[in-house]
Amino acid sequence: MNKILLIGNPNVGKSVIFSRLTGVNVIASNYPGTTVGFTKGFLRHDGMRIEIIDVPGTYTLDPTSRAEEVAVQMLDDIKDDEQAIVLNVVDATNLERNLNLTLQLIQRNIPMIVVLNFWDECKHTGVSINVEKLEQELGVPVFTTCGITGEGIKHLVESLEQVKVSTLQVDAENIWNEIGLIIEKTQKLSHRHHTFFERIGDASIHPFTGIPIAIIILAVSFYIIRFIGESIIGYIAEPIFDKLWTPVLMKISGLLGGSGFFHDILLGKLVDGSIDYVESLGLLSTGLFVPLGMVLPYIISFYLVLSFVEDSGYLPRLGILIDKFMHKLGIHGLAIIPMLLGVGCNVPGAMATRILETKRERFIAATLMAIAIPCMAQIAMIFGLVGEYGVGAISIVFGTLFIVWIVLGLILNTFMKGESPEIFVEIPPYRFPYIPGLLKKVWMRIHWFIKEAVPFVMLGVLVVNILYFSGVIQFLGNLAAPVVKGIFGLPKEAVGALVIGFLRKDVAVGMLIPLGLSKSQMIVSSVVLTMYFPCIATFAVLLKELGIKNMLKSAGIMILSTVIIGGILNLIL
Amino acid sequence: MNRIPLSSLKKGEKAIIISHKGGRGFENRMSSLGLRPNAVIKKISSQLFRGPVTIQIGNSQVAIGHGMANRILVARIINE
Repeated sequence: MNKILLIGNPNVGKSVIFSRLTGVNVIASNYPGTTVGFTKGFLRHDGMRIEIIDVPGTYTLDPTSRAEEVAVQMLDDIKDDEQAIVLNVVDATNLERNLNLTLQLIQRNIPMIVVLNFWDECKHTGVSINVEKLEQELGVPVFTTCGITGEGIKHLVESLEQVKVSTLQVDAENIWNEIGLIIEKTQKLSHRHHTFFERIGDASIHPFTGIPIAIIILAVSFYIIRFIGESIIGYIAEPIFDKLWTPVLMKISGLLGGSGFFHDILLGKLVDGSIDYVESLGLLSTGLFVPLGMVLPYIISFYLVLSFVEDSGYLPRLGILIDKFMHKLGIHGLAIIPMLLGVGCNVPGAMATRILETKRERFIAATLMAIAIPCMAQIAMIFGLVGEYGVGAISIVFGTLFIVWIVLGLILNTFMKGESPEIFVEIPPYRFPYIPGLLKKVWMRIHWFIKEAVPFVMLGVLVVNILYFSGVIQFLGNLAAPVVKGIFGLPKEAVGALVIGFLRKDVAVGMLIPLGLSKSQMIVSSVVLTMYFPCIATFAVLLKELGIKNMLKSAGIMILSTVIIGGILNLIL
Repeated sequence: MNRIPLSSLKKGEKAIIISHKGGRGFENRMSSLGLRPNAVIKKISSQLFRGPVTIQIGNSQVAIGHGMANRILVARIINE
């Protein structure tokens, strides 16, 4: 045995089991379709090295969506591979429905093992399954696990050699009758009262209670994010930079003579004789402070809250509440998931558009997100910098973006060919997030940010310096003056921010500060910087997801709407 | 037995699925979620302005667009 495919229905915990087997960390959430591509890893056991593949969830081997096609393709690929086996992960609390896929797998005569996951939840959902009988009925070994705590995983790994090809004959026409018979022999349901989570679950999906609950959850999330973010900045980040890092920088500045080419690249220009972490624009000053001192605190707080909401199972319910409204924009309710992920960072947001079924929906969702959803790095900078002009200014920035999001969606839905299909999804049960798992997920996301963002911010700061020294910014400024000055009413130096915005939008917002902009100019430039183009990392993902032709279309829409909105804001403010 | 579309079932009512009609993708998704003739379901909620209908089948809940829910015929189960 050298290859194991993890196959099962969506949201049965395949990714958590994958992490347990391989030690490779993957993002797992409580909604169907978290794994859209496939992930590979290796399990080392008894001197063997077994390749494990985490296959996207599928309900059936007769595929209806892109993710399901991927799953079936991977199964076809191992057909003649005698060293490959299938681990069929099953949600034990939902045995009947899950067995449909299990029997379809058995029909294919592949060596397999069935894993009953969420075994611990069976008790309080009133489900009891006779594992030995189920083994007899299915003709393959059955093991029980609890993925999040790791219970049963060790036993499973030690028993992999028991893998078998079932001799059960299944008639495709009669598959549900067959399942009914198996269920009768192996499963007992006991009556029980509604659990606390189920009561909340029902309330949060009725329109009259659900909408107030949604507003409360969003408002509370917003305040928690702000509270944690501001606390980290005020009590940890700023003291560290001001008390510990500034003296070091000033010493280096002294050694370098207080000015000059290397001084400016490393430390930036001194403002009133000292380092200004936003304006100085040096690699060691602004290049470190923007990502670590201003953005990271909000990244941490945002992902803590988002991951909690994700793992609780609330997001699909929110999607259903707003489904009717979202259909007016040409996407269905679940598109709220890529949008919210996009608030953290547009890159995972763009990837998550894959949970939508049609090309049309994916195009609309990706375009709306790239135009109107600023990432947390940019939001943090806008809060930090535009915030000085008062809450009103911030409200205008985000209010404008929200209106753009809606109006552009209405327009795209009206003029794009085709229709967007209706929603048809399984709603996961509410679960209390497993805290160690949640913290690991937050850590993975933060780690990804530090690894990806910090080098790009540094690169951005370096490029700014080079462009200024070489006079390129001044040249581009003159070139773009008709648009930047004439339409947006911004000084021509603002072009530098637009150039750098392609690398990192947070640095770009910071570059607006030394320009001495008025309140309305600050609002216009924040909106323009959000809308005009995605940053390079998002651009690369969108190009892959949409293809060149659609990406060009999307980019055209971005530039056109930026010119219109920036112009209107400049006129009315 | 009175056949009514799933969308006209009231909140909290139970019903048996009689038949459903739609494209291949729809049929496939129905059966893979266990929504087949003779299956017992319970309506949990429906959203305003002909929004999605949520039903319970076995231990799972499924949300179905209003148009699709119109194409699923069910028969009410009146008290057990």
